[in-house]
Amino acid sequence: MTRIRMTVDGVVYDDDVEARLLLVHYLRDRLGRIGTPIGCDTSNCGACTVHLDGKAVKSCTVLAVQADGGDVTTIQGLAPPNEGESEWHPVQRAFHEKHALQCGYCTPGMIMAAVDLLRDVPNPTEEQVREGLEGNLCRCTGYQNIVDAVLHAASEMKSETGAGR
Amino acid sequence: MSEIDPGAVATELASEVSEPDASPEIGRRRLRKEDTRLVTGQTQWTDNIQFPGMLHISVLRSPMAHAKLTRVNVAPALERPGVLAAYNARDLGADGIGLPCAWPVTADMKHPNHPPLAVDEVRYVGDAVAVVVARDRYAAADALEAIEVDYEPLPPVIDMESALGDETLVHADLGTNRCFTWPFAGGDYDAVVKDAEVVVKRRFLQQRLIPNAMEPRAVVVAPIGASEEYTVYSATQIPHILRLMLAMVTGIPEHKIRVVAPDVGGGFGSKLNVYAEEVLALLVAKKLGRPVKWTESRSEGYQATIHGRDQIQDIEVAATKDGTLLGLKVELMADMGAYLQLVTPGVPLLGAFMFNSIYKMQAYSFTCHGVFTTKTPTDAYRGAGRPEATFGVERIMDELAAELGVDPMELRRKNWITHEEFPYTTIAGLTYDSGNYEAATEKAMELFDYDGLRREQEKRRTDKDPVQLGIGISTYTEMCGLAPSRVLGQLSYGAGGWEAASIRMLPTGKVEVVTGTSPHGQGHVTAWSQIAADALGVPFEDVEVVHGDTRAAPQGMDTYGSRSLVVGGIAVHLACQKVIDKARRVAAHLLEAAEGDVEFSGGVFSVKGSPEASLPIQQVVLATFASHNFPEGMEPTLNSDYVLDPENFSFPHGTHLCAVEVDTETGWTKIRKYVAVDDVGNVVNPIIVEGQVHGGIAQGVAQALFEEARYDADGNLTTGSMVDYYVPSASDLPRYTTDRTETPATSNPLGVKGVGEAGTIASTPAVVNAVIDALRPFGVQDVPMPCSPENVWRSIQTAGGAS
Repeated sequence: MTRIRMTVDGVVYDDDVEARLLLVHYLRDRLGRIGTPIGCDTSNCGACTVHLDGKAVKSCTVLAVQADGGDVTTIQGLAPPNEGESEWHPVQRAFHEKHALQCGYCTPGMIMAAVDLLRDVPNPTEEQVREGLEGNLCRCTGYQNIVDAVLHAASEMKSETGAGR
Repeated sequence: MSEIDPGAVATELASEVSEPDASPEIGRRRLRKEDTRLVTGQTQWTDNIQFPGMLHISVLRSPMAHAKLTRVNVAPALERPGVLAAYNARDLGADGIGLPCAWPVTADMKHPNHPPLAVDEVRYVGDAVAVVVARDRYAAADALEAIEVDYEPLPPVIDMESALGDETLVHADLGTNRCFTWPFAGGDYDAVVKDAEVVVKRRFLQQRLIPNAMEPRAVVVAPIGASEEYTVYSATQIPHILRLMLAMVTGIPEHKIRVVAPDVGGGFGSKLNVYAEEVLALLVAKKLGRPVKWTESRSEGYQATIHGRDQIQDIEVAATKDGTLLGLKVELMADMGAYLQLVTPGVPLLGAFMFNSIYKMQAYSFTCHGVFTTKTPTDAYRGAGRPEATFGVERIMDELAAELGVDPMELRRKNWITHEEFPYTTIAGLTYDSGNYEAATEKAMELFDYDGLRREQEKRRTDKDPVQLGIGISTYTEMCGLAPSRVLGQLSYGAGGWEAASIRMLPTGKVEVVTGTSPHGQGHVTAWSQIAADALGVPFEDVEVVHGDTRAAPQGMDTYGSRSLVVGGIAVHLACQKVIDKARRVAAHLLEAAEGDVEFSGGVFSVKGSPEASLPIQQVVLATFASHNFPEGMEPTLNSDYVLDPENFSFPHGTHLCAVEVDTETGWTKIRKYVAVDDVGNVVNPIIVEGQVHGGIAQGVAQALFEEARYDADGNLTTGSMVDYYVPSASDLPRYTTDRTETPATSNPLGVKGVGEAGTIASTPAVVNAVIDALRPFGVQDVPMPCSPENVWRSIQTAGGAS
């Protein structure tokens, strides 16, 4: 067992874990952060994407011990849990408004990957969005509305920052 | 106790009830109610469910395609840390249980016994052999390696055609690998082929596919040991059917089993089943009296969850020289895999009525041979039988057009049912209620710029451009909305095709719609809210939809076959009409008017000729709740149920057009343009319909260009993980241009048709026809799917290169 300390969605946790424990299992089974699902075992699908120290990672390919000392944000930490749509992250709002989800299983990972993409490329082209999300698989939407949602979020975020300061 | 004053409460209530918007909900682009939970991660997938003391199950699977099991010793696994139990088939009492197949398609169909754990023989890689039960999922997985199994290899059975030679048997006790032969005919094909001036014959292959719902399967069973009650949470499309089947196969009384389908992350047919692990989890929970969970890994699911498609199609079309179709002959071999799952043998037969598609002809002959092989069982995958049929007919129409030297769209126009001919009874015996193929095609051709692309194609051909342009057409229809019970009976299916809905009018005027459909991404909560809001005249926001729990929504036939709206949604509408009928009687009583004089519109009951005498439905509901002043002899409730058995299938149709650029030097195919004009009748929610079409197209394109489940000569699944099986990403797929024509169905009061599978059914032949159209000058007549660079390049080389 290894002692780790991690901030997850703003809460600090101290735990003893097996060295082999995957971050995603730590989040789900130990901390109950079940908003982050698991879609594969080969790091292809991206459903388990979270942010570790501000960068998107597939939490099935990170060991909990590797995230020791880190700051993790999951889909459940992206917006205040008990607030309505107005407090959601612009990417969450855009997914809703553009019907970018059906079953919703890929959605947490897709949103976390998109938020990360827009940090790196605030004004992406459609092609940049498609390539930027190629590590996240969706089986329901055919991707078109996901791409449109990310482009929409980019323009919303631009006007928000533009208006804000 | 103070008495409730319904009048006062109603007045107070009425001020809270938001004024309903006068425009109808049906047809509105309503954003989905479901999204709030899903975009914030506040979900309940089956794997999220935890109970105190819950144990984890892992399953040992056969690494061999075919072998005798001479020893399965689980004892060493019990020595491993955290392990509480381990079982082989006999230890668990699983050897006497057979997983169900509900569709014995012929009286003499071979139906092999299918125990949830293999007893004496394994028959595909992934066949379950033993289970371990441990305190956590890691311990359970670790201990599998300790189980000692002796396998005596038997020869695998891989190829369907040679399997029919019966040299090696998948099931020795059946004496044959032929599961069934199912013949079907309309008219006399042998007679019409004699008069044919042109006969074109082709063999097409429908490769094996893996459905890949994003949520892997999972099951949790929570027992109350003392009273022998079980709650089964499963990532399933069919909680109601699953409950019945679990009772039938395990002997646990049906009323002691509750099945819950919590949030379910996609299905596409792969969760339309009764799986070994669902039975195993129930048996283990029963034995240990503790809650248990099993969650498949993706790679495990590739072996243990059903596959789709896998047919060899021999198709012959007979026509006159002017392109008039005379007849069609179809001979199929359909791979069942090693066992029959819930509807395995019925899947190819759903195509039997669809090869003739939208075309008129004098004769049609269909034969399907179901074949056992040592592979993962096949079953329903989005479209189930209809994509295969549509592919076969749309491909052979293009081949016939090439043979005759006519434009493939002209050939279709010449032969399709025209809009004034509906209702039309086809050569396969179905009566299509409505359609307008001309209108959908005209719209699609315009959006596509068909003529402009044909000109560009000609130029590239003349210029000997290494990148050639191809145009593919798919003018499809399909039968969905499963299904009229009497038809299912004629097809020997084991159940009916009705659907149930209940409306609960709550005292505060809010509404619960209880549905027997079981959504897993389709948006029923939103769409059923729209239907109920219109029918009851209540605000969309005031409706909640209850589903997916056999205790809360006790009656249902679940979700598959694009049935939910046309059967389940219509049942909601009709149940609401019953509420209104009852409420009208109460309103008449309260307004002191004759029932026949009370009108209902926009949520308000009023008396003809005296508009001031009116009552909103919410007040009628509250008055019913109090029932202080109520019609004599009437039950004090407005709640109503409706169980709808549909009168016909639903026949959506449309025209999909695809332009591809094919690099003839590398075999690389790129979709340049994709246009889909679908006619799904009246539309309840356009954004949901568009989403279904997008996703459907994507899955059909994936079959055309990317996906294939492959087995090697030893029966190993060589595309056994997401690394090897090509599920397309956003960067692989094009932008789709979608539009609609709306020809209302005449078979239901809302005029709606199914949409869930249409995109998948239509798109595969559109793409493949485009690829082959690009390569016609090279002498290419077929490219095996998927049209990967390798398969395209090889096809060009085999055909002899550029003409």
